[in-house]
Formats: sequence, C-alpha cells, structure tokens
Amino acid sequence: MGAPAPARRALVGATALALALLVALPWVAGRYTVYLTIQVLVLAIFALGFNLLFGYAGLLSFGQAGFFAVGAYACAKILLAVPNLLLGLAGGVAAAGAVALVLGVLSVRHTRIYFSMLTLAFGMMIYSIAWKWRDVTGGDDGLVGIPRAPLALPGLGSLALPTVERYYYVVLAAAVLAVALAHRLVHAPLGLALQAIRDSESRAEFAGLPVRRYRLAAFVVAGLYAGLAGALLPPLESTVTPPIAHWSTSAEPVLATLLGGIHAFAGPLVGALLFYVIKDVIVRFTEHWLIWYGAIVIVLVLGFRGGVVGLLARALGRPPEAPRA
Amino acid sequence: MLETIAFQGLIGLALAMYLWLISAGLTIIFGVLRIVNFAHGSLFMLGAYLAFTLYGQVGLPFGVAILLSLLGVGALGLVMERGFLRHLYGVDEAYQLLLTFGFILVLDDAVKLIWGGVFRIPPMPAFLDGAWPVFGRPFPVYNAFVLGVGVLTAGALWLLFERTWWGRIVRATAADREMAGALGVRVPRVFTGVFAFGAMLAALGGALGTPVRVVAPGIGAEMIIQAFVITVLGGLGNLRGAFVASLIVGVLSAYGTLFFPVFELFFIFVIMAVVLLVRPQGLFAR
Amino acid sequence: MSELLRTEGLAKRFGELRAVDGVDLAVPAGRLTAIIGPNGAGKSTLINLVTGALVPDTGRVRFKGEDVTRLPAHRRVQRGLSRSFQIMNIFPRLTVLENVLLPVLARRGRAGRPLAPVAGERAALREAAALLEAVGLADRAGQPAGALAHGDQRLLELGIAVAAAPELCFLDEPSSGLTPAERAVVLDLIRRLARERRTTFVVVEHDMDVVFALAEWIVVMNRGRVLAEGPPAAIRDDRTVREVYLGEEL
Repeated sequence: MGAPAPARRALVGATALALALLVALPWVAGRYTVYLTIQVLVLAIFALGFNLLFGYAGLLSFGQAGFFAVGAYACAKILLAVPNLLLGLAGGVAAAGAVALVLGVLSVRHTRIYFSMLTLAFGMMIYSIAWKWRDVTGGDDGLVGIPRAPLALPGLGSLALPTVERYYYVVLAAAVLAVALAHRLVHAPLGLALQAIRDSESRAEFAGLPVRRYRLAAFVVAGLYAGLAGALLPPLESTVTPPIAHWSTSAEPVLATLLGGIHAFAGPLVGALLFYVIKDVIVRFTEHWLIWYGAIVIVLVLGFRGGVVGLLARALGRPPEAPRA
Repeated sequence: MLETIAFQGLIGLALAMYLWLISAGLTIIFGVLRIVNFAHGSLFMLGAYLAFTLYGQVGLPFGVAILLSLLGVGALGLVMERGFLRHLYGVDEAYQLLLTFGFILVLDDAVKLIWGGVFRIPPMPAFLDGAWPVFGRPFPVYNAFVLGVGVLTAGALWLLFERTWWGRIVRATAADREMAGALGVRVPRVFTGVFAFGAMLAALGGALGTPVRVVAPGIGAEMIIQAFVITVLGGLGNLRGAFVASLIVGVLSAYGTLFFPVFELFFIFVIMAVVLLVRPQGLFAR
Repeated sequence: MSELLRTEGLAKRFGELRAVDGVDLAVPAGRLTAIIGPNGAGKSTLINLVTGALVPDTGRVRFKGEDVTRLPAHRRVQRGLSRSFQIMNIFPRLTVLENVLLPVLARRGRAGRPLAPVAGERAALREAAALLEAVGLADRAGQPAGALAHGDQRLLELGIAVAAAPELCFLDEPSSGLTPAERAVVLDLIRRLARERRTTFVVVEHDMDVVFALAEWIVVMNRGRVLAEGPPAAIRDDRTVREVYLGEEL
C-alpha cells in the first residue's frame, strides 16, 4: 500500500524541498513569477480535486469550471458586501459544494459515459447563467472592484494583504491544506473504496460498498476543491467574468492532470506547473494556444497515458501499472 | 394569441431539424461504436463554416456548397476515426472521451485561426427566398425547406437502416460486433463508415443553417450541449427517441425564446434534470 | 435448521425470453447446495435476482425472513448475502490485501471514513490477512491483483466473496477455467470455509465432478424452472434429469 522505504524517504525529501522553495519564493523571485506561481497553485488545487474524481473514483467530469465559477462568484459577492477574506473563501467553497451536491445527485446515478456528458452540459448551463443573469452576476461585464479583503482570523486580529506577495502566502496556505487533506483522503478507507469502485463498480457493490453514495461524496469533494480554487481568484484579479465557467476552463484541470499523470497523487500538482510553463511558451508565439492544448491532449491520450510522472516512474525502474484483469 | 403560439411552434419545428441532424449523427455513432463523440458539435460547426465559405464567399451554387461541405467533414470524420480513435478501442472508454474532447479544443480554435471571428450572413438563394403566409404571419420559405430536409432525412435514415443491405450490416454490428465479425463483416470498416456518416449528418445540419444562422466559433459548443439534452430525453442510442426529443427541444426552445427570453436555456436544463430524476433511461426507451 | 433463503415465484424475462420462469427455492442454513442445469437454464439470472444485480418482474426473495426483493445489492451484502462472479471480477489495480480488505471494512461500517489512514485499521487488517492465509494468498498480499495468475485470481475472487463474512454465499462457476490441480484447491477451500466460517454456500456449476464432490443438495434447473432437487444420489438416478443432460455421465 505504501512505497518502499527509500523511495518514501526520497518523496518526503522532495516534498520538503518543494515546500521550502515555495515559502522562499517572494524573496528570490520577481512579482511576475509570484503572480504566475499563484496561478499554478490555484490550478493545482483545481486539478487535485478533479483527479480525486477521475484518477481515484474513475469519473471523468468536463464541467468542473462550473463549480470553479460558483466559488469565484460567491466569494466575489461576499467580499463586495463584507470585506472579510476568510468569509469570502469559506462562502465560495460552501456554495460550490452545495451546487455540486445538487448536480451530483442528478449525475452520479448513471453510467460513466452519461456522467461525462451530463457534466459538460451542466457546466455550460452554469456558464449561460453567469452570462445571462445580469442582475446577480453582472452578465458579460462580470463583477468588478472586488477588494482584496484583509484576512481576519477570529481572536487574532486582521492582516491586510496589500501586495501580491502577501496574498501569495494565503494561496500557498490554502494549497498546502488542500494537498494535505487530499493526501489523507486517498490513504483513508474512503480513498480505497473509491479506487475499488473505479476498478470494478459491480464488484464494489457486491463487496458491500454503497457505490452511488461514495461517488457523490467524491463529486462533492471535487466541487469543493474547484470552489476553493475559484474563490482564490477574485481577491487577486479584482474582477470575475463569465469565461471562467466555460468548458475551456474545465479543460485546464483535465490537461494538467493528463500532463502530470492520472494515477499518481502528485500528477495534478506536477501537471499544473507544466501547464503554465507550456502555456507561457506557446502564448509567446500564438494566441491560439487551445489548438496546441488539444494537440497535447490527443498525443498524451494516444501515447503517454501515464503522464510525466508515469514516464519518470518507468525511467526510475518502478514496476509499470498493473494490467486490467 | 393562439396564432402566435401556433406560429412559434412552427418556427420551433424548423429549429428542431438542426438539432435532429446533429443528434442523429451522435446517436448513430454511439449506437454502433459505443462512443459519444464530444466533438460532434465541432463537426456541425465545420459544416457551417465550409458551406458558408463555398457559397457565401467562393460563390458556388447553394446545393453544390452543401454537398462539398458534407464531403469535407465526412473526410475529416474518416481521418478522426481511422487515424486516432481506432487506437483506443481496447482502452478505458474515458480515454476515448478525452480524445474527442481534445478534438473540440483543436477544431474550435482552428476555426478561429482559419476564419477569424463572427461573420455576416450570406444572401438567401433566390429559389428559397420569400415567405408564405401561415397563421396570419410570414413564414419563411427557407424554414419550410429546412423542415422538409429534416423530415426527408428521418425517412431516408429509416429506409437506410431497415431496408438496405448496408443498413442491415450496420445494425448487426451495433447489436453484436463480435458476432458480426465472425460472420464476415469487416467491423473496422463499418466503424469508419458509420463515423464518417454521422459526421456528414452533423455537417448537413450546420450547412443548412448558412443563409439564416450566424456562423460563429461558439455554435459547436451550443449544439453539442443541446444534442446531449436531446440524448437524455430520447435515450442514448435511440434514433426514434432522438427525433421526437429534437422536436420537443426545438419547440420548447422556440416557446422559451418567446415567453422567457433570458432563461430559455435554463428552462431546457430544468426539463433535462426532471427527466434524469424521473426516467433516467430516456422518455422513449423500451 | 433455520431457513436462510426463500424465493417465491421468482420470474424475469428479457424481451421474449423467460430467463427465470417461476422459481420457488429454499436454502436452509448449513446445507451446501449446488445448482446445475444446461446452458440457458437461468442459473446466472437466478443468482442475479437473489443477490440484487437484477430486479425480478414478479416474485419475492426472502433472506433470513426479511423481504429483500428490491433491496440494493450492497445492502444485501451488509445483511450477510454475498456472491462471487463467473467472469473474473476483482480490483486489478489494488493489491491482493486491499481486495479482501474492502469487504471487511464495509462490513465493519468503516469503508467510508475519509480522513483516518487505512494503515490504522488494525482489526480489519488482521482479519484481511487471516483471510488471505485461509485462501493461500498470504505471500502475495502486496502484489497488484491484476498481476496474479488466473488460478490465483479465482482464489482471490472467492476470498472477496467470503471477506464480507456472509451467512449465505453464491458462487458462480468457481472452478471455471482452472486446471485440475487448481480445482482441487478451490474445492478444498470451499469445504474449509463452509466449516470454519459457518457460511452456507450455493454453488452454480457445470463441472459434475465438482458438484458431486461438494454438494449435499442439488437443484436442477432447466428453461428457467426448477426441474428437480434432492440429495446427490437421488438426482443421479432421476430420469428426467438424465434426459435433460442427454446421456451425460452423471
């Protein structure tokens, strides 16, 4: 169930190093890099939730941008009324989770193909609501003037976040928390149960696992993660507009996870970094980066289904994925 | 008032034909290959763009433009299946979905790259111009034409699958591909043919819209969503159900535009949600 | 002996085909039963109906006196009614240990815990390890299940079925595809598990050697109905049964 001891030590070491680098980043890098890293961390949270649903539970959702947008808009609305960052973030997460619960009940009871279709449809439904419900969402102008509200911890006073660097630490803390919780989940019985459901839904049912209920749980968790990722955006950009609900935004965690590796815990995290590195390069040459993304998806799906982490594992001599029975 | 409702219903029926054409292709592909082609909306969109270019810009006759656009998208469908999708048949179906999703990304952006942004609508072909007075209002002749094409296609598909040799082979492959293969059917060829055929149906839907609908990069996504809703209502793989569901969605959309202008899409989704809860296998499944 | 299972007029049709056409069956606790019959007799459909994979058109299923006809499969498992599959159905990407650990966790109501690590579930882990010992797979506990040889996967399949500590366990062709040596292992295992764990097995089988080696009671099905049932000796001599099998050596 766990990696052998030397590999585990190396993993812990690498994680500690990465963490140290991330904490030290604002001191060694310029503002643009910090800003970019925030984007990477947000996508990492987004993709982590997506992969809990896909890599671990076996459910492919093309509509995660819907929950991302709910989180963003909810946080924005809260911050515009009450400038309290924690409240905004919590509200965004809760709203996304609530919507995920409702849509999940409708979606997880079906076959996996149907599920994927429904998630695409529901995601775009949220997009069209964001576009058309001017009174609440501001329509295609979106919501503007969202304050980067201070972080007020009850009993500990309030911390203003005037600079991107300060906000970076909020995002980093959220990311660390998200990764830690996800790590616990995949190593807990529920994580194992989800993987079993992914491997064989019928066998899981006859092993006594309530398949639908656990799938719903996974869907809601993915929605919560998407909501957190979305909620971290408004205080940074100070505006929220409908494109964040579009399916092309849903494609981002898909691509990040494919790039990094579906069957590895760190896959979405590595993939988030790769996503922005590649995007940064592509955008210098053309504004049509989606074509390249699509091409990368196609190449990965046809030839490199283990992603970068899969390639690395094979290069390091780890045994390949067990074949399907 | 009654006349407005009846008239709008007719408009909805014409609208339904576009939905029917794309849903028919999606349904047929799923029925035989067991793949949901997420990129089907993009094929619809390409049909529209090709027909627009050939008719509106190059100046070819309307019918020729439609035919060429069908052939072009059919060829693309052939390449998609043979060159790409085929490699994933033994693998987890999720990867097939991901591949078609990758196609959406490529095709939708490629269209922006090749053709740029939004276009004007080309002039109506002369013999389809004008309007007939129906329920006291001018009903565009072109809408009747679209209705005719849609119904004819439904009839032709029925004939094709029930009465022709090719249709029988396709149905056999859909029902049991191993058995069909054992009986001598070249299953891979059937797959390619069906995929290209389905692509052509989508292209027909797109091409038909050329003189009346705006050709823009977002129409692919719009259509695939509605095709999915129709699939939920009609049942996945159920061609008859797809036809009836297209009529329902088309007519309801038309009424939605009339009575709830801002939320017509939301209204359709509510209906889809209700069907999902109450009769998840579709309204018309056996 | 208490009655574990009773079906009343169970029926299921697929289009024109009456796969199960009015089956009344009773299984008392402790009596190892075999269900035999030619292909298409309805044996697998019967298992599916009893265990909850299918909902019957008419009829009832009573388990330990409770009407479970419409109860979802996972709830029947929680009540003590489980099954194995004819076509190998294990969790290929999980380890052998994890495969049997899950039903144990599910039975203990701990499968849904989201935060505490699996490694901390000591009681469940011990039980799963003991089960692997019992089926003879303990030395492969850490291997991915998909990498096991066919015969070992059958043993694992059996292990998953009994890991939920069922009182009644349906085995769907447990010896299919096995070599004679592997078959002997499986038979021995079933006998042992029946004794040690007080599980009542109902075995659907084609292989007559297996049937006569194991069964204390045989139910013969044909065309969706129960043709005959009784102790092995009686079934062997029954003329209608011999006709159905057309001269096959019983």
